[in-house]
Amino acid sequence: MAVINDLRLLKNSAWLGWQMEANWTDPFLFATYSIVKPIAGTLILVFMYLVITGGETANDFFSYMYVGNALYMFVAEVLFGVTWVIHDDREHYMTLKHVYMAPMNFYVYILGRSAIKIAITSFGVLVTLAFGVLALGVGINLGAVDWLLLAPSLVVGLLCICILGLAMGGVSFLTAKHSIGINEGLAGVFYVMSGVVFPITILPSWAQTISKFLPVTYWMEVVRRAVVPEAMDGLAASSGYDVTGMGDMSDLTLMVLLLVSAGVFFVMSIGVFRVADNIARKKGKVDWTTAY
Amino acid sequence: MQHAVETQSLTRVFRPKKKKEGKVVTALDSVDLRIDRGELFGILGPNGAGKTTILKILSTLLLPTSGKAYVAGFDVAKDLLEVRKRINMVSGGEISGYGLLTVRENLWMFSQFYGLKSKEAHRRIDVLLDRFGLRDKDKEKVRTLSTGQRQKMNVIRGFVTNPEIIFLDEPTLGLDVNAARTVREFVVDWIREDPNRTILLTTHYMMEADELCDRIAIIDDGKILACDTPHNLKKLVGMNSTLTLSVGGLNDINDFGSIPGIGNFSSTKDAEGNATSLRFILEDESAVSDIVSTVLGKGSKILSLQKTEPTLEDVFIKLVGRGLE
Ligand SMILES: Nc1ncnc2c1ncn2[C@@H]1O[C@H](COP(=O)(O)OP(=O)(O)OP(=O)(O)O)[C@@H](O)[C@H]1O
Ligand SMILES: [Mg+2]
Repeated sequence: MAVINDLRLLKNSAWLGWQMEANWTDPFLFATYSIVKPIAGTLILVFMYLVITGGETANDFFSYMYVGNALYMFVAEVLFGVTWVIHDDREHYMTLKHVYMAPMNFYVYILGRSAIKIAITSFGVLVTLAFGVLALGVGINLGAVDWLLLAPSLVVGLLCICILGLAMGGVSFLTAKHSIGINEGLAGVFYVMSGVVFPITILPSWAQTISKFLPVTYWMEVVRRAVVPEAMDGLAASSGYDVTGMGDMSDLTLMVLLLVSAGVFFVMSIGVFRVADNIARKKGKVDWTTAY
Repeated sequence: MQHAVETQSLTRVFRPKKKKEGKVVTALDSVDLRIDRGELFGILGPNGAGKTTILKILSTLLLPTSGKAYVAGFDVAKDLLEVRKRINMVSGGEISGYGLLTVRENLWMFSQFYGLKSKEAHRRIDVLLDRFGLRDKDKEKVRTLSTGQRQKMNVIRGFVTNPEIIFLDEPTLGLDVNAARTVREFVVDWIREDPNRTILLTTHYMMEADELCDRIAIIDDGKILACDTPHNLKKLVGMNSTLTLSVGGLNDINDFGSIPGIGNFSSTKDAEGNATSLRFILEDESAVSDIVSTVLGKGSKILSLQKTEPTLEDVFIKLVGRGLE
């Protein structure tokens, strides 16, 4: 019963999210925006790479970096998107109070509302990857992609980020003004510490210790192994040392580490949400707006 | 039987962020309320009295600082889900809503948050849209509605889930005369329809409280000063109705003093001496007919007659020591 209700809620709130995304502009602009924005963002990185290395894009390290950067779009967009839902309901539609006091699973509602955002981001990631392969020689070979490794790791990673976004959403109950900043800070931590565009091995050792607790670190590694296995092998062979810091782990070990660290983050995120929720009720901030 | 709402020494204190800025506000001070099922209960009080604070606590938006509050027997601080299943809330002047949905879609969306079957939701939406005269707006986007229309839509939003207990925070605030009457009439019909329903309404309109409520709690500065039926509240402060007559051709005022049920009586002749003004304080309302027949029995004509009921305003001034507005 409860599961059926939650599924209905997921569907209906996804519909609501879709109405909002599809509403703000016409389909043509919408499509352009969801293609141009990710590619433009990626090009900045590509230019920096070209300036710094003065070289080529068709090599293993570039593939490593490009895939990590594309995947990171999920982290940034979903983390931001989930908080945005709460912000929007609170400030724009002023419905947060009623959404909050409804007898429903708030997590499911937020997940549903964000679903369309995840779909749009997925589209952006695919476009970015395709652009990388076609224009920059990124080494994705569809025949070599390990789908069996890719599918479960994508699901686990996305769920983990969603729930992290929810925790941040809870925090935004408390600091409506600063929540965007907190989110950007958190996204920044993942960017630097999780081996998104450079391996964690170039970080100081204390920072590497932190990296090892972050699920995104394992997520990046697993997804890269699944999507660009040849580049990963090539990178390991040419550098002569364990460049990613995870080279000697099997796929299975990595998956387990991803699951465990995601599980820990999951529990922590729900804890943060609950604490934030409780403080918000204690301080009477649930129906506040930044106008106060 | 279990009370629909019960509070025990309910207290809520707001502390300023920084010690030096602002002062500590005790929004609710040991509030004890018991509201039965089937009651239309009003909380009457001036701005800042703590009315909204009570409703926020009862609707799980705010935690009490101390004391307890139960809705349908469930602790509002602990059994959130059980409380939420049974309640809904509407605030006056509320313009919330998903502006890009149509009125119907918006109402349907909120019904879905309460797990209503779509078909049943649409059936109820039809009935309520008709009742509030919004039927022709059902396919309009919420953002195109006027403020009052949005507010009516929000009233529907609250009732569409058919809550056991509904909290209405100054529901007619800002509505025009007709819309306000529609809301008041609906509220009364709704509660009479099912003895298990309960309404807790706040207002600072005396007339509204008097007209609608079975019982009223008068609150000021976070404290409940009195709680009873409108009739008893007026009696409580020793207020009686007054009857004022203007009578022509009255020669003597004998006999009036001995009519039973009269507390006090005075008469004044007007300047020309044609009409006499009689003023009776009524201890018992049934004295009116005796007074009238006594006047007529003396062969006098009644030129005008006015009965003045004590108002809640009188009660309020007596209890609080100042007026409400
Ligand atoms: N979140 C808050 N932070 C600080 N003080 C608050 C907060 N909410 C309410 N108060 C204070 O608590 C008191 C009671 O407020 P409340 O909103 O309950 O009054 P009210 O009776 O609903 O008044 P009104 O008729 O103006 O709506 C007021 O003094 C108000 O300033
Ligand atoms: Mg109020």
